[in-house]
Amino acid sequence: MMIPNNKEITDDLFQPAESEKSREVILRPNITYWQEVWKRFRKNKAAFVGLILIAIILALAIFGPYVNQHGYDEQDLTRANLPPKIPVLEHVSWLGLNGMDIQGVDRYEENGISENFWFGTDNLGRDLWTRVWEGTRISLYIAFLAAIIDLIIGVAYGGISAYYGGKVDNIMQRIVEILVGIPSLIVIILLILVLQPGIISITLAMVITGWVGMARIVRGQILKLKEQEYVLASRTLGAKDRRLIWKHLIPNSMGPIIITTMFTIPTAIFTEAFLSFIGLGLQPPIASLGTLINDGYKLLRIYPHMLAFSSIIISMVMISFNLIGDGLRDALDPKMRK
Amino acid sequence: MEKILEVNNLQVSFDTYAGEVKAVRGVSFHLNKGETLAIVGESGSGKSVTSKSLMKLIPNPPGRIVNGEILFEGKDLVHYSEKQMQKIRGSEISMIFQDPMTSLNPTMTIGKQIMESIIKHQNVSKTEARRKGIELLEMVGIPQAENRFSSYPHQFSGGMRQRVVIAMAISCNPKILIADEPTTALDVTIQAQILELLKDLQKKMGTSIIFITHDLGVVANIADRVAVMYAGKIVEIGKVDEIFYHPEHPYTWGLLGAMPNLNEDAGELITIPGSPPDLLNPPLGDAFADRNRYAMKIDYQMEPPMFKVSDTHYASTWLLHEKSPKIMLPDVLKKHRQTAPRGKQNEHLAKRKEQREKLLEIKNLKQYFTSGTNLIKAVDGIDFDIYKGETFGLVGESGCGKSTTGRTIIRLYHATDGEILYNNVNIHNKKSSLDTQKLNQKIQMIFQDPYSSLNPRQTVADIIAEGMDIHGLSINRKERLEKVYDLLETVGLNREHANRYPHEFSGGQRQRIGIARALAVDPEFIIADEPISALDVSIQAQVVNLLKRLQKEKGLTYLFIAHDLSMVKYISDRIGVMYKGRIVELAESNELYQNPLHPYTKSLLSAIPLPDPETEKTRKRIKFDEKLIWNDEGEEPVLREVKPEHWVSCTEQEYNDFKNYFDVI
Repeated sequence: MMIPNNKEITDDLFQPAESEKSREVILRPNITYWQEVWKRFRKNKAAFVGLILIAIILALAIFGPYVNQHGYDEQDLTRANLPPKIPVLEHVSWLGLNGMDIQGVDRYEENGISENFWFGTDNLGRDLWTRVWEGTRISLYIAFLAAIIDLIIGVAYGGISAYYGGKVDNIMQRIVEILVGIPSLIVIILLILVLQPGIISITLAMVITGWVGMARIVRGQILKLKEQEYVLASRTLGAKDRRLIWKHLIPNSMGPIIITTMFTIPTAIFTEAFLSFIGLGLQPPIASLGTLINDGYKLLRIYPHMLAFSSIIISMVMISFNLIGDGLRDALDPKMRK
Repeated sequence: MEKILEVNNLQVSFDTYAGEVKAVRGVSFHLNKGETLAIVGESGSGKSVTSKSLMKLIPNPPGRIVNGEILFEGKDLVHYSEKQMQKIRGSEISMIFQDPMTSLNPTMTIGKQIMESIIKHQNVSKTEARRKGIELLEMVGIPQAENRFSSYPHQFSGGMRQRVVIAMAISCNPKILIADEPTTALDVTIQAQILELLKDLQKKMGTSIIFITHDLGVVANIADRVAVMYAGKIVEIGKVDEIFYHPEHPYTWGLLGAMPNLNEDAGELITIPGSPPDLLNPPLGDAFADRNRYAMKIDYQMEPPMFKVSDTHYASTWLLHEKSPKIMLPDVLKKHRQTAPRGKQNEHLAKRKEQREKLLEIKNLKQYFTSGTNLIKAVDGIDFDIYKGETFGLVGESGCGKSTTGRTIIRLYHATDGEILYNNVNIHNKKSSLDTQKLNQKIQMIFQDPYSSLNPRQTVADIIAEGMDIHGLSINRKERLEKVYDLLETVGLNREHANRYPHEFSGGQRQRIGIARALAVDPEFIIADEPISALDVSIQAQVVNLLKRLQKEKGLTYLFIAHDLSMVKYISDRIGVMYKGRIVELAESNELYQNPLHPYTKSLLSAIPLPDPETEKTRKRIKFDEKLIWNDEGEEPVLREVKPEHWVSCTEQEYNDFKNYFDVI
């Protein structure tokens, strides 16, 4: 018999132990679901950084154009193609914010301009700071609008299709397949030919084809979920359709829905940029991130600043939304609770 | 006896984000040549991890063997490289997994899969491998092996697939066969066949088997020696008779007591309170102390060593120390061996018969499903009544339509034909929504899978209160919460649990939440659809005891659907046996178990493994000939009452035979 020798075995050790009521003590404070979501979201550093970035970009998009007196369509050829120049930062040479162009000539001195253009000017002498933030505002506006409409139509369509199933599902899915079959570019071109190019028609064009992806994802989720036993349990309790959908099916599809929405936003920004690029999008002088990039790329070799700022912002917007989406999915999932 | 495998102080850990989970904490045992060692334990006790680490199949990372040695024929496998292990796996030690549905590759013919390992390990030609493969299939009892050789896995039934898996495992004459719950996913009749096959193969080939299971009945049937695992340790190991008849560890007592015995009548099952410890921070001292009603102070301070009971029997509990007070085997366990007086039970039954009234009548219920052009007759014309206050058990193998019956009664499906009368009102004819609402409140359901039956995004309070919300049973928030607390305490949980989410609970606790949800609307009739089949033995007993207690307190009526016949016998007053959408026999539970008449019932009963090695050794299994079932030719068998309260599906001729038989008696 091997007995560990590190401790004396005394008689009193063999007394029956007082039955320690090992009732679990709950230390967790009683907080609501949304407080918890916020707590979890904050813990995710990347997502939180994304949220801050988006907040900054949003603030600048709203208030940025009012920082100086220039309008987004105010042309002045005497100050065309000025590189960016920002006080204080101009002394840090590697940032390139000192008003020098590629050849190392200070254009501000040469043209005799005393004012500082923070992001420089474009080939028509329009202030890029104003135009970039104006453009961001419009791009974000289109993106949000498209994403929200996609979300509403997609969730409703996919949800109805999957929930009622059978013939309804069959017909609704055939319609979707037809929509997918037509290249979206053709739909958009036709639509924009009928309507005048502009914010509303671009949003409409994107929405008409954009919701299909969301509808399919929601349908797949709900088809899977509606056979789950908790849904059956709710039905046996006498729950009506509305309760089943809003309390059980939609909350449990939240993960994929959020991810898809967060992907829709950058996609929408890109689609808008692409449409502007092929000339079907916003018409000058209206600025959007897409039109700015379109204008900038032509002069990339000589005036890189024209492309740089709008591309940096479009990248930041996309990365931030993806990070937020990721964090939000985890934060909304109670299973992540430790 | 020659030792073929020896495991010394094996420790396996998993590195997770939360920290190191010590899944196996110093396991030592040996395996003799040609014997069967069963490892039993609840889920999470480390039995699967132990077996997988014998073959070094632990995914690394996160898993790793921290310490210990695995001596296979004197060679330490712990230090073998992956290359060397590949030679051992399949040819020297091979493994059978739990789920035959996923352990075969669905895109390869079974022939190819068998040949693969033969060619790899034995270096033979393709034709030779093919010949051998067919031989193996014949050996594991697959009819027309030659033809079935090029079939795909989906063309086989579950039992047949498990046979194929076994054929693959034995293809290279391994010295050790590790079977990880090979019969858990199968029906009892199929399980009995597979166990017989394994025993048969062992006799022919002299293989040593390590058999992992949580079912003590299976252990009694197949094992020579038994190791009981708890919280990553072996707490008791010994010969099968020693473990079953002279268990020393209180955990083993609990496991044995939690199994209802077919041969005697119902008392309360022994339960092991609480749930297994968290292996992230294993407790100091004896890991079982918290759930041990005989716990002593020393249990909380020091780990007990392995005490020797006999040459072959060791147990790890301080109760065996010379200074410990002598604690006898609990009485309830002893009763297991005796036959309880029958008179009381009969009296009880007689009393009920007088005053019983029908709560539910099912008349010629049919439920068909169409998939494409196929018509599936899930339920094909069944009749039965359920009386107020009784528990009606419905048993049968998977796919016999027992769950469908339950779901049709609660109107999750719309019946194809037939009537369901609840309190003499046909519930499928309800028109007004008020009536349906009322009915929903009276009939409730407990579901099988505790993991999918609770909405992961709702708090426990919201889950339980859902019924109250739907039916407007609570007036304000405070009252609602009070009711939830009440219910939680009724089912043995704490009120602090109300604000948590389902994933924070164990399987047994989740099932209690499911029961609380059903109780929230004060139902009269509860359909329990396999409520315990996903739970561990000790937890099963907790849930069954709870159901029984609730029935007594609230006067509930149960329809208890299950495939575990011993539990059904334990809980039910009357039992219906279903086969292929029909009820083949229906009787009082004792009558059915003592006097089964239908051949299917007989075979089903003979296939249940009992937790009693003595009977298991001598028992003969009755095989059921599928040809005996009516195949649309000749006279259709119908359910007839051959004896008061005993109905059997039979033809006119058979009916007269039965009658004569009983008249003679």
